[in-house]
Amino acid sequence: MRSKSSRRFWRQVAIHAVMGPLALVWLFPLWMMAVFSTMPENGIFSPDIELLPSDQFWINFQALQAETGFLRTLFVSVMVALVSTVLSVMLTSMAGWALVRYRFRGKALVTALIFGTMTLPYFVVVVPQFIMVARDLGLSNTWFALIVPPLFNSLGVLFMRQAFSMMPRELFDAAQIEGVKEWQIFTRVALPLAKPTLAALAIILFLASWNNYLWPLLIASEPTMMTAPVALGTLIGVNRVSWASIMTGAVLLTLPMVIVFIFLQRFFMAGITTGAVK
Amino acid sequence: MAGVTVSAVRKRYGSVETIHGVDFSIADGEFVVFVGPSGCGKSTLLRMIAGLEDISGGEISIGSRVVNDVDPSDRGTAMVFQSYALYPHMTVAQNLSFGLRMNGNPAADTERRVAEAARILRIEPLLDRRPKALSGGQRQRVAIGRAIVRKPEVFLFDEPLSNLDAELRVQMRIEIARLHSELGTTMIYVTHDQTEAMTMADRIVVLRAGRVEQIGAPLDLYDNPVNQFVAGFIGSPRMNFLAAESLGGGRLKLPNQGGAEIGLAAAQGLAAGQKAVLGIRPEHFAAAGQGNCDLHLAIDVAEHLGATSYLYANTKVGEPVVVQAAAVRSAHAGDRVAVSIPAARAYLFDPNGARRA
Repeated sequence: MRSKSSRRFWRQVAIHAVMGPLALVWLFPLWMMAVFSTMPENGIFSPDIELLPSDQFWINFQALQAETGFLRTLFVSVMVALVSTVLSVMLTSMAGWALVRYRFRGKALVTALIFGTMTLPYFVVVVPQFIMVARDLGLSNTWFALIVPPLFNSLGVLFMRQAFSMMPRELFDAAQIEGVKEWQIFTRVALPLAKPTLAALAIILFLASWNNYLWPLLIASEPTMMTAPVALGTLIGVNRVSWASIMTGAVLLTLPMVIVFIFLQRFFMAGITTGAVK
Repeated sequence: MAGVTVSAVRKRYGSVETIHGVDFSIADGEFVVFVGPSGCGKSTLLRMIAGLEDISGGEISIGSRVVNDVDPSDRGTAMVFQSYALYPHMTVAQNLSFGLRMNGNPAADTERRVAEAARILRIEPLLDRRPKALSGGQRQRVAIGRAIVRKPEVFLFDEPLSNLDAELRVQMRIEIARLHSELGTTMIYVTHDQTEAMTMADRIVVLRAGRVEQIGAPLDLYDNPVNQFVAGFIGSPRMNFLAAESLGGGRLKLPNQGGAEIGLAAAQGLAAGQKAVLGIRPEHFAAAGQGNCDLHLAIDVAEHLGATSYLYANTKVGEPVVVQAAAVRSAHAGDRVAVSIPAARAYLFDPNGARRA
């Protein structure tokens, strides 16, 4: 009879035999993106496919900067993603806290309305949102237009509501009896305990903002307020597509997210599995 | 320090009333235990005194002050929870001082109070640890310490020992009793464990389905229960209840126990044929022939604990009888034994549960 550890070994071998090639298939386009970002424009479509990086990255970056003012658009993207993530985490955690902590008339209706918005496709919302912000409020090409409308995120409210509702109610009762103010209970007891969820939510919101294309495309067409993904989009012209520049920009856009994910993935996994089991 | 008065207090959740007009007074410095089965409203009552639940009717006073609309933090109470409710991200010292710090208490005084509480509860070496690095008993000590630093007028304990193992429970029971005698503060303690109630309380409030069944000193409740519920709830193992039928003239027949007969003064007023329930505690059976009514028992299970033995018998006749007998160490499952009910030790209840004196 084979021992338990030997069976475990062969099971691991089988899993790796399947998952390894799958991971390579998934990583291949990303690798090629990185390779193309280091190749001259004409080299990308050469019949001999190069699988290893070349030395043209800096030249490609200079071309990208010249064509789009990429550093400025990167700055806009960073600012929009950072500010909207911080504000959105604050707003959604406060909303989640209110839904868990307080009893008020119409709470079920408010909750249903918030979560009901999750069922609306973004494309249904984006046109009236554009009309309101651009035409009625006249706020095109402003930080406000880029940051504020996407702030109200029902997924974030759901996340935080779930995190707070799983905390023992006695913790808050104990603090209340001790005379701790409601705001202090929220900031000193509830939020520190929700750190993994907050981190996961922050990553999700940052990613969503960083990758957002449609709304910034509609609301910020001036070069000074353009975000990086939109700037890359402008490189796809009717007659000419600057693939080397696009790939260089794509690498620069992907890199921060990979780094953030590597450092925060333990929070991310803890956050998305929150509530899965008792 | 302060006493607590609860007058006609009610609690409704929508159309459902869970506390039905409860009245009692607790004297300054008294240790009172709320006891009752799960769902009887004892924790709700405690939370209403703490101010964590609104009351739907009636009045709660702490000291001379009506506190119906007073914020929980201003009632002069401190509460210890079953789950300890320690803040997991803070050290023991931070847990103890959290409330004081948040209320702007001077740092020197906070430090002094924390040190004093730690000394009383002997948790000084634990002050820098986080709750996850503590055992259940240590966590409960910290939870009690958090209550002590507030210097409350009334301590509220909500089943504080339920999560501890049997040995620690006994240890903590003694600790809490010691704390009460040391601090002399009014304490209200909720439990479903009648042993805790009997050993710790100056007085016990027995609750059932949102109503007070009886209030009294532990031995008063044990000796003179007002009804079948209290008689069954106080005492472990619980009192035996045997179906009885009056034969007239104060005599009763026990139809499920082979038709045994017994004469009881409490049965004098019963007409022949009237039904009743006879109660006898497991520890009050006498040896066969030495009481007033012999029962012949078929033992189903025998538990020998050393100092005493419990015999569980007559399950098959549908009316089990438990006998506590220090002298029956040789009895085993399957044996037959005879015991006797001394009339002076028997209780009689109407079929609706009221005691017949």
